[in-house]
Amino acid sequence: MSPRASLTRIVRRNGWVIGLCALLGVLLIVTKIIQPNYGAAGFGSLVRAALPFAFAAAAQALVVIVGGVDLSIASMMALTSVTAATLMEGSSEEFAILVVLLVLLMGLVLGAINGALIVITRVPDIVVTLAMLFVWEGAALLVLQAPGGAAAQWLKALIVGTVDVAWLPREVSTWIPKGLVLLVVALGVVWIPLRRSRLGLSMYAVGSDPLAAFRSGVAIGRTKIVAYALAGLFAAMGGLVLTMSTGIGAPIPGPYLLASVAAVVLGGVTLGGGKGGLVGPIVAVLILRLVRTDLTFLAIDPNVTTIIEGTIMVFVVMLGGLVALRSHPR
Amino acid sequence: MSATGPARASRWRRVLRDRPLIPLIVLLLALVVVLELLRPGIVNERWVANTIKFAIPLAILAACQTMTMLTGGIDLSVGIVATMSAFVMATQVTTHDPAVAILIALVPAALVGLANGIGVAFFRVHPLIMTLGMSLIVTGCLQVYQRTVLATGSAIPEALVWLGTGRTYGIPNALVLFVPLAVAIVFGLRRTGFGRLLYAIGDNETASRFAGVLVWQVIIVLYVISGLLAGIAGLLYVGLIKAPSLSLAVPLLLPSVAAAVIGGTSIFGGRGGYAGTIVGALILSVLTTLLTVLQMPEGSRRMLFGAIILVVTAAYIRITEES
Repeated sequence: MSPRASLTRIVRRNGWVIGLCALLGVLLIVTKIIQPNYGAAGFGSLVRAALPFAFAAAAQALVVIVGGVDLSIASMMALTSVTAATLMEGSSEEFAILVVLLVLLMGLVLGAINGALIVITRVPDIVVTLAMLFVWEGAALLVLQAPGGAAAQWLKALIVGTVDVAWLPREVSTWIPKGLVLLVVALGVVWIPLRRSRLGLSMYAVGSDPLAAFRSGVAIGRTKIVAYALAGLFAAMGGLVLTMSTGIGAPIPGPYLLASVAAVVLGGVTLGGGKGGLVGPIVAVLILRLVRTDLTFLAIDPNVTTIIEGTIMVFVVMLGGLVALRSHPR
Repeated sequence: MSATGPARASRWRRVLRDRPLIPLIVLLLALVVVLELLRPGIVNERWVANTIKFAIPLAILAACQTMTMLTGGIDLSVGIVATMSAFVMATQVTTHDPAVAILIALVPAALVGLANGIGVAFFRVHPLIMTLGMSLIVTGCLQVYQRTVLATGSAIPEALVWLGTGRTYGIPNALVLFVPLAVAIVFGLRRTGFGRLLYAIGDNETASRFAGVLVWQVIIVLYVISGLLAGIAGLLYVGLIKAPSLSLAVPLLLPSVAAAVIGGTSIFGGRGGYAGTIVGALILSVLTTLLTVLQMPEGSRRMLFGAIILVVTAAYIRITEES
């Protein structure tokens, strides 16, 4: 295949994501125009604010790809966050390593429970995860009644500041916040091998047509459970990030459920399953956060910001619907 | 075990499948019995009236879920729409006649429903996303609106308090509104063309389109009705709670979905009905009292609430499913 043809293929396949990246670029330029001294520091704080949202969106994306939806992500984040904060309170810095591993494992288990319940009870995903939303939220309240706990110093330092790489010029490295590296590494370690594996392929197969997948010999139940378990793992990462950035754990779930669904849809992962990846939702999270920043710079009332965010979400999705209609007329 | 065992079991199963209300009512009564055993004397006329009073706004919101779920949709904007109409009414009533204020309050509710309907019908946005997005927009609008009416204060008309809280001869007045409404919905779903169209679209949208159904009209009317019902539920609820706030009915959103699901309405569309939903709302209402009586910590209460929703739905699917 000629390089040109393969290039057009890449563009056609990833059109949505490329469009999102372009939109992000435009928004960054707009931000620079609105606020001339916006720079690396601003980008760093943008990434830091976006981190929990990004992990929530990644978790939601995995589940949506297999054709489900997980309403309990914010609750799982709250539960893992308070668990981490409680365990780390008054303990040594080394012990925190153990806590991190334990909490990640806990996320896997929580997610696997969600998935197993869906497969075993045959109740629709949305209902099971709705019920589990209450269960995990209740568990978080049992672990910690009110916001509290602590986080290890090295964990907090993990998302503050920028990366210092010897061979990179200073101008470049100031634009790489540690939080971004953490995000890319944490998601990449799971996602890249998964995407290339048989299991990843099965996930897409189950999402796009469960019956066809079943007849081709895909173990649907197992694939679903794994997807939910990995979503739980990402949610646990999100919970840890919450504890890292605030230094405490809060048992009341944040606004991550809505935001994760919005980012997933904006990011080109269709509800219903079988399409999209993790890059789109992550870029969508950054866009949504940056819009919020811009509106703050413009001294627009934060409440109006909520209206604008909702409107953007609805309009982008409507636009996506129109595009889909044009390309596949019914 | 005798040889007739399995046969009898399957006959039972058939009866339960044809009359899905029976297991639900049995569950409701069982919960009441458990409550009475735990706290003898609690189940009296006053308690029953109270439970019904709190179940009614939930049941109306669950009606929105039932009807939208019949077409394979869902309406996640009902919590904030109910809150909005209650808040708008409470702030407008200081300068307008109560009846006018109520009408003013229902207009935005219908408009939100219209927007949902247009998004779902024309732009083919997934109802989950459309209604979530609208609820974000409404939340923002409501916060801005609150700032503009800070000075006017708020009030709740006598009529709504009477309707929401009052009792006549021990019977909650809210039933005056709810009984005709419930009858209209149950009848409307079972016997009218519009109700049948909802089932048809939920069962197979393409087939109903080929059969000549103007799907977009049905969907738009459906979501407008859903918005209006949510507005009415909000007005009733504020008469019960007597304190308008920006988060008044938002906590009722997820229970309203749960009530419809427990009541046997399939979230994928085409199956279910409103009678089950009403029993589902009553079950949730009794369950809340039960969990309060048990004096558990808040955390375990929520866990138990979630677990029970799951167990009931799973059992229900097992019983009513074709075997």
